[in-house]
Amino acid sequence: MILSAAGLRKSYGGTEVVSGLDLAVERGECFGLLGPNGAGKTTTLRLCLGLTAPDGGEIRLLGEPVPQRAREARERVGVVPQFDNLDPDFTVAENLQVFGRYFGLEHEAVRRRIPDLLEFAGLSGRADARIAALSGGMKRRLTLARALVNDPQLVFMDEPTTGLDPQARHLIWERLRRLTAEGKTLVLTTHFMEEAERLCHRLAIMDRGRIIATGSPRALIAEHIESQVVEVHGTGVREWTEKAKLHCARVEVAGDSVFCYGNEVEELLRHVPKDLSYLHRPASLEDVFLKLTGRDLRD
Amino acid sequence: MLRWIAVWRRNMLVWRKLIAAAVLSNLADPLIMLFGLGYGLGALLPSIEGMSYIAFFAAGQLCTATMFTASFESMFSSFSRMHGQKTWDAILHAPLTIDDIVAGEIIWAASKAWLTGSTILAVILVFGLAASPWVVLALPAAFLVGLAFASVGLIMCVLAKNWDFFSFYMTLVMTPMMMISGVFFPAEQLPGWLAAIAKALPLYHGVEIVRPLVAGRFPDHVVVHLAVLIGYAIVGSAAAIYFARRRFSA
Repeated sequence: MILSAAGLRKSYGGTEVVSGLDLAVERGECFGLLGPNGAGKTTTLRLCLGLTAPDGGEIRLLGEPVPQRAREARERVGVVPQFDNLDPDFTVAENLQVFGRYFGLEHEAVRRRIPDLLEFAGLSGRADARIAALSGGMKRRLTLARALVNDPQLVFMDEPTTGLDPQARHLIWERLRRLTAEGKTLVLTTHFMEEAERLCHRLAIMDRGRIIATGSPRALIAEHIESQVVEVHGTGVREWTEKAKLHCARVEVAGDSVFCYGNEVEELLRHVPKDLSYLHRPASLEDVFLKLTGRDLRD
Repeated sequence: MLRWIAVWRRNMLVWRKLIAAAVLSNLADPLIMLFGLGYGLGALLPSIEGMSYIAFFAAGQLCTATMFTASFESMFSSFSRMHGQKTWDAILHAPLTIDDIVAGEIIWAASKAWLTGSTILAVILVFGLAASPWVVLALPAAFLVGLAFASVGLIMCVLAKNWDFFSFYMTLVMTPMMMISGVFFPAEQLPGWLAAIAKALPLYHGVEIVRPLVAGRFPDHVVVHLAVLIGYAIVGSAAAIYFARRRFSA
């Protein structure tokens, strides 16, 4: 177990943000922490890194008790924060150099690693570029490379692809797979189900400071939801809901859309009225997520 | 214990990149003041405490410029790194703590301030304003003045919600302090209660050490003056660390 937390609690100003959270991450896996905004994902990461002390519970990170020996643990950990905080006063290569120094790494040792790190970030040839001259995707990749400067065993990533275009996102995904192939452990938070489904060996769905489901993406889908979904859209769809219930296991209504869930939906498809449009697809992690955390907005 | 050096070094590397602008902005103002007021006003004034007015004022100006450099660096520049650039957040992901960062920032601001003070000392020497070479003892004193004001400045930094916060400290504390600490005229001319306030603040004690050294005398009550400066540095750093922990552990 490379990271474990038991009975974790944290309150801010009377509001409990993390309320009795248990977590166990195995060495070498990519572990996803999913949850709507305000579920407590970022606070959980901060607790695991020892940046804030829990009100209750225990954490062990790479064998070290946290927060007591968080500094020692962080020597072998990398972090990709939610918002890029690259040092704008330095160039690309200098950012890696200066960050390595925070880990007590020698100038020469970091200098030798820089070409590899830049290659990993897809920034070869940009060593002397200023941070302000980088695109959002480049900054994200440099932040990822920076998190690897100390050759960490575990990398925490807080929403690593938020705000990136699809090209940039796919490149990050490819790099993260490379890291797991190299045997590094990844812990990432996200609210992109597609990302979690593609990358994570195991994930935990979090809501209101608790973990409400854990497992592989496939296991979660199999355990919590029917295999097929039919989304039906159009005016008058609400009136049709009662009939839909006769032909499928479960129905959810959201505005002018009805989501019908079932393991067999051929019968249902034959009964969809001609004036309504529909989409038939296999159930996804997003369906599990919405079932478990609800469709209400979280602001 | 020495992990703060990585933070100090980071700031030094940035400073080295922008050295021309940094040195100019730290020195132009105090030197213009020194020669403008020193020669302009000095021509009208008899000698003060046995010194020419420009030598008298130069000693005060060494301390004032050191104070301003330390304060600007520890308030505006540190706040920019902490709040604007989120550099501190990045550093906290490495095996450093907020205590290391605060220590690095304070010692950096004091170092930069010391450089300002030493350059003014060099000017004092070059223009023959010092009565004895013992004036070089003002160098460690300038570092202490820098440390005292950097510590207080960093308290302001970690308490600040926005940039406007610093105006209060600058206008309500620093400017009046400069007026009553014997920089422009001897503090003895002040009403007793005002002189008492000056003696409770660090700038007065810096001036009381540096001015006799410029005049070629060993300062009186030097232990008291040093103790006040060191006291501000120690208590100020401790308070800065306390408030920084509170801000960052949330």
